[in-house]
Amino acid sequence: MMDRKLKEKCIRSAFLFTASTSILVLALIMVFLFMEGMPIFQDYPPLKFLFGHEWYPTADPPDFGIFPLLVGSMLVTAASSAIAIPLGVMTAIYLAEIARPRVRGYVKPVVELLAALPSVVIGFFGMVLFAPFLQDVFDIPTGLNMFNAAVMLAFMSVPTICSISEDAIFSVPKELKEASLALGATHWETIRKVILPASLSGISTAVILGMSRAIGETMVVLMVAGGAAMVPSSLFSPVRPMPASIAAEMAEAPFRGDHYYALFATGIVLFLFTMIFNIVADTIANKHKQVGAATL
Amino acid sequence: MRIKNLLLAAFMVVAFSASAWAAQIGVSGSTTVLPIMQKAVEAYMKAHPETTLSVSGGGSGNGIKAIIDGTTDLCMASRFMKDKEVALAMEKGVYPVPFAIAIDALVPVVHPENPVGDLTIEQLRDVYTGKIANWKDLGGEDKQIVVISRDTSSGTYETWEEKIMNKERVFAGALLQASNGAVAQAVSKNKFAIGYVGYGYLNAALKPVKVNGIEGNPETASSGKYPVARFLYVFTKGWPEGELASFVMYLLNPKYGQVHAKDAGYVPLY
Repeated sequence: MMDRKLKEKCIRSAFLFTASTSILVLALIMVFLFMEGMPIFQDYPPLKFLFGHEWYPTADPPDFGIFPLLVGSMLVTAASSAIAIPLGVMTAIYLAEIARPRVRGYVKPVVELLAALPSVVIGFFGMVLFAPFLQDVFDIPTGLNMFNAAVMLAFMSVPTICSISEDAIFSVPKELKEASLALGATHWETIRKVILPASLSGISTAVILGMSRAIGETMVVLMVAGGAAMVPSSLFSPVRPMPASIAAEMAEAPFRGDHYYALFATGIVLFLFTMIFNIVADTIANKHKQVGAATL
Repeated sequence: MRIKNLLLAAFMVVAFSASAWAAQIGVSGSTTVLPIMQKAVEAYMKAHPETTLSVSGGGSGNGIKAIIDGTTDLCMASRFMKDKEVALAMEKGVYPVPFAIAIDALVPVVHPENPVGDLTIEQLRDVYTGKIANWKDLGGEDKQIVVISRDTSSGTYETWEEKIMNKERVFAGALLQASNGAVAQAVSKNKFAIGYVGYGYLNAALKPVKVNGIEGNPETASSGKYPVARFLYVFTKGWPEGELASFVMYLLNPKYGQVHAKDAGYVPLY
């Protein structure tokens, strides 16, 4: 008897330990991030850091204005979402509602396979093939720009958006759909007025997770965004999103120097962004949760 | 179960004692020095099978950091230590010892179809500060110049800044790439781009540009005529001893390490 209870206890604490490991690791990383990032604000005002237009970290005296990087990150994410959301959601609708099960069985794994492509491969594709193509077609000075980065990031977020939305749409209770069709609505009306609203929370989560993937993505923007630290004047201007800046400069920043602290502070800003995205996704998912099937 | 654990423990003891016998040397730092180091390490390990060297990049700053922290044995650097790094080392009671192992010459490059082939230091500076924005001002076509530079924290950029920029800032519209390879790739794919790479990264898809009428090559760099050249170093923590000393001497040997430096596209010292 005792032995069984003891065993139960052991198992429970073992699971508690595993569950708390990831939280503990995250907490430690956060502490470290803030410890290494906050010192920059001792001698550099936070507002000047956030809204300064000059990013010259190695100049003397250095300038750590991340505004161009911030704007770069946001615009690239917005542009890639503009491509990826319609593409991802529409693919999801097709797969869940319109495609025959056989087609769905083939297409879905392929879309998900796109997520398995290493980002460096997508970046290389953008750099070597897509950039020269953009230069020739649009007659622009350089193909390494915001548009290129947005398209490449869209490749990466489409699988996330598509796969999660597809699950959401697919799990809409059959009864809802059948009721709508029975009332004489066409398939398209059913999709638009019944299925989409019912799966809205899942789709929103998918969209936001896709966007947070795009904003945090490093390798692709490092390779194809061009890397000019300025507020872009058009869709074809080169930009320098925050992750690219951190990745490119961290290796050479003097350990615990101002530049090092500034890069960690950029990391804090990035972390806050993705955290906000995740909180929003979570709230939406909880708020519009489909509770049970609507059978009566 | 118990037997399995015992076996595992025994295996680990054996593994640890075995690794204690073989000399382990960790090398990290500048990616500019990396091509030399990879060739040298490969050849050295073949000649000295009892020594294991593990090489990683990460940049000069990280390498120097690792030497100061004692997490690596040999640091590659494409620049000398900064004052702050020296101060940090002194604070921790570490005395990094530098060895110059080769010269790197930076060469401005353009697309092979670009007619421009000779620029002065002043012209290069004006291009990189954004004062000259059109190729026609340099004797080329009437097209916007796409300026490609390295990240401001790279060792390569520091050399460029020191030799060309004369304390002026590269304008914000310049495309910053993260490696020599990325610059070479970007310039070879863009007819109106200008960039700069280490001599070792020149290839048929790039057209080297003379600086002040002097071609950047091993002869002009080692004679000091070519204005955009720098030394490459390795640092050890204190004076090297044992296997590490033997490896540093190997790097400096005109028959071995220096040949690798030359093979990697740099200018040998000896």
